[in-house]
Amino acid sequence: MKASEIQALLDEPACRHNHKEKSGCARPRPGAAAGGCAFDGAQIALLPIADVAHIVHGPIACSGNSWDNRGARASGTALYRIGMTTDLSETDIVMGRSEKRLFHAIKQAVAHYHPAAVFVYATCVTALIGDDMESVCKAATARWGVPVIPVDAAGFYGTKNLGNRLAGEAMFKYVIGTAEPQAARAHPARIPTYDVNLIGEYNIAGEFWNVAPLFDELGLRILGKLSGDARFHEVQTMHRARVTMVVCAKALLNVARKLQEDYDIPFFEGSFYGVQDTSNALRDFARMIGDADLMARTESLIAREEAKANAALQPWRERLHGKRVLLYTGGVKSWSIVSALQDLGMKVVATGTKKSTQEDKARIRELMGDDARMMDDGSPKALLSTYHEYRADILIAGGRNLYTALKARIPFLDINQEREFAYAGYCGMEELARQLALSIESPVWQAVRTPAPWARQNLVGAILGVEAHG
Amino acid sequence: MAEISKTVKPLSVNPLKSSQPLGAALAFLGLARAVPLMHGSQGCTAFGKVFFVRHFREPIPLQTTAMDQVSTIMGADENITQALTTLSEKSKPEVIGLVTTGLSETQGTDIHRTLKTFRATQTEFEQVAIVPVNTPDFLGCLETGFALALEAIIETLVPKTGHPGRRPRQVNVLASSMFTPGDVECVKEWIEAFGLRPVVLPDIADSLDGHLVPAEFSSLTLGGTPRREIAAMGESIATLVIGKSLDKAADKLKARTGVPDVRFGGLMGLDACDAFTQTLAQISGQPVPEKLERKRDQLQDAMVDSHFMLGFARLALAADPDLLAMFTRFAEGMGAKIVAAVSPARAEALTELGINITIGDLEDLEHLARRHDAELVMTNSHGTETARRLNLPLLHAGFPQYDLMGGYARVWMGYRGSRQALFDLANLLQTQHHDSEPYQSLYRQDSPSAHEIGTAAATDLVC
Repeated sequence: MKASEIQALLDEPACRHNHKEKSGCARPRPGAAAGGCAFDGAQIALLPIADVAHIVHGPIACSGNSWDNRGARASGTALYRIGMTTDLSETDIVMGRSEKRLFHAIKQAVAHYHPAAVFVYATCVTALIGDDMESVCKAATARWGVPVIPVDAAGFYGTKNLGNRLAGEAMFKYVIGTAEPQAARAHPARIPTYDVNLIGEYNIAGEFWNVAPLFDELGLRILGKLSGDARFHEVQTMHRARVTMVVCAKALLNVARKLQEDYDIPFFEGSFYGVQDTSNALRDFARMIGDADLMARTESLIAREEAKANAALQPWRERLHGKRVLLYTGGVKSWSIVSALQDLGMKVVATGTKKSTQEDKARIRELMGDDARMMDDGSPKALLSTYHEYRADILIAGGRNLYTALKARIPFLDINQEREFAYAGYCGMEELARQLALSIESPVWQAVRTPAPWARQNLVGAILGVEAHG
Repeated sequence: MAEISKTVKPLSVNPLKSSQPLGAALAFLGLARAVPLMHGSQGCTAFGKVFFVRHFREPIPLQTTAMDQVSTIMGADENITQALTTLSEKSKPEVIGLVTTGLSETQGTDIHRTLKTFRATQTEFEQVAIVPVNTPDFLGCLETGFALALEAIIETLVPKTGHPGRRPRQVNVLASSMFTPGDVECVKEWIEAFGLRPVVLPDIADSLDGHLVPAEFSSLTLGGTPRREIAAMGESIATLVIGKSLDKAADKLKARTGVPDVRFGGLMGLDACDAFTQTLAQISGQPVPEKLERKRDQLQDAMVDSHFMLGFARLALAADPDLLAMFTRFAEGMGAKIVAAVSPARAEALTELGINITIGDLEDLEHLARRHDAELVMTNSHGTETARRLNLPLLHAGFPQYDLMGGYARVWMGYRGSRQALFDLANLLQTQHHDSEPYQSLYRQDSPSAHEIGTAAATDLVC
């Protein structure tokens, strides 16, 4: 991919603060860099499409060191959890055999696993040696009769965020709009069905299943999703939805914007973390669809669910009230989690904004007020010193920082892709509260901060049964 | 006839292989005040970091030269220089392991020349040892990368002096990538039991064993073999080499120092443990301690007890060569049969085993295990799904182990470790034990009720 094309992608007109430099796109500094690459980001965005064979085209590292390490869950098929790579050898690279190998690899995947489609991911090495993936995919599509989609997001193109966006581009270019949806089944309650899209929802730990029944109840059919528990065919039909919700902020905003430009599908941004945000999201759907009856039904559903959630959360709120949180996560979660925590009566004293866009930051200001600290430096050192300076009670961050916190003997909650708990929706909040209390209230912190008895006392000359002094 | 064959297929499905740079990084993580630096794109390091963090459940120091597409084409030497400078200034490490990746090797980097220039120009960082290793992703596997790093460490940090035996109680240990921190700890105690002083290279027991330290945070390793100890390896009385993959590293150490070495394929099972104990007795001139004799007796007892479950047991193994070889010998020593063996890369260690080995992935293991009616699978956490599909128990071993607590701490080696492995194998195999299918005689008068034999069978009877 050309540098100019990448530059064009970084320019996202739907982003309100597009003219400002995006901190998320700052150049990494050799020897002091953290975070993944564009390939990583592309995989995060697309791997959850469950009935697709995902082939990583490159030497072993990109797939071998990372496959099946995400928490995205899907029902039915588990094809997406099968790691596939061309595992290029030295001879493949030196002798120029990698394109041929890819072609036959696609054949093998199609023959053995009967995928709905094949996605082929470029990596640094295959981008560098100039493999023409697009042509190979085209030829393979013609030859094997299954859509083969190139995802040109080699690691060295840039950050994870850019990789998300490149993945979105690929979906828009090759997949969305290539099939028509089937007519929806009649709703048992005889209410009308409206088709909607979700973008940026990954069904981590199956958390979207907390919310999905509410969609059914309201007559909202999720036509297509990027990409938790999605099917290839669903993504193909996303151009027929009435409205799109962008769940993970900016990363895939390009897809939502293009759906609006090309197919007139309006979009809004929201989140399913926290009671308030979940209610708002449902409200926004109803409002944008503009059906008065749907709006009324949505309100009564919200009232019912909020009452239920509040009752369930009450005991937790009492335990967590006033506890101070240091939040360090990328992009959207920096604000969507903030409101969830505020719902619980907790105080977010600082939040990470390294991967956040200007707009994310504006949202954070709005939510947290001006005394909240925004941290661009996510190094363990900076995290720990902020933790102490702001007298936080718990660190909420991605799995990468988990052991930084534990080594420093401080409570921790994992919020990123690898986590094992479902936090979305009304009932997800209870799980979130439970996990927060579990770590904050754990007796282990006291135990591991206490020095050994012989370090506390002067035992010299003490005899068993005689109190030691000093 | 034993045969090592590579599956002929263009697509690797459910990879078993982890890449060479990870192995090299692991070796450096066993040195004190060290940090591995991968010369590649940021993702190479990010994936590696997540890989080790999830396996060891520890913060892992690992840095990157952060190559992007421009520097990949226009030259990324400056990235190396910048990264080395930043690391030296910020963290003041004793050792930086400069590790190449698929990207930088395809680009054609010359890290040795770049390092020379760096040394000539940036003299203020003289005290930081920098060890360059070429580990392209498209060759070998984790084990070979680890071995290459050890060779580079020896070449860079062990001086070519040679006063073997000047420290008559000091014994070198070269420990291959199959060692867990628990294994290293076990071997150290084993050696110390003979009044000897082990210098283990690399000592991941000191850095990656999972221990809380007073300091809240460190950007370097939390322990490991100190540089000055490595420099003094030439004064040891002997070198013990464990793992065939380290043959070359051992040759290099011997050539530089003249310290004699004794080599072992692994330290599991009675014979292997006895050979090691015997060697220690010879080196130290001391009798075998009673405690060790007792552990040996215990292992023998467990062997007798568990041979009912392990005899003829049909095992499916997938691991890097050294581990595969050690475990194969151990299991065969109990009368078990290796019916499926898969390794990610070819190696010397595999050629002497006398079993069929496939160079391949976990899809190959799955097919072989099914075809040959395996009763137990032993591999890393990626095999969890494989074992589930096969409906077989899984014994976790190798890298990575992310769905098991304490996998990194497990002791496989030594009398005690071998005994525990026997217990675990026997227990897992017992879950596979099936009673005979009940036979209903056609003369039987009382019609069995549905809850007694299951609804499906009851329906059959009705039909």
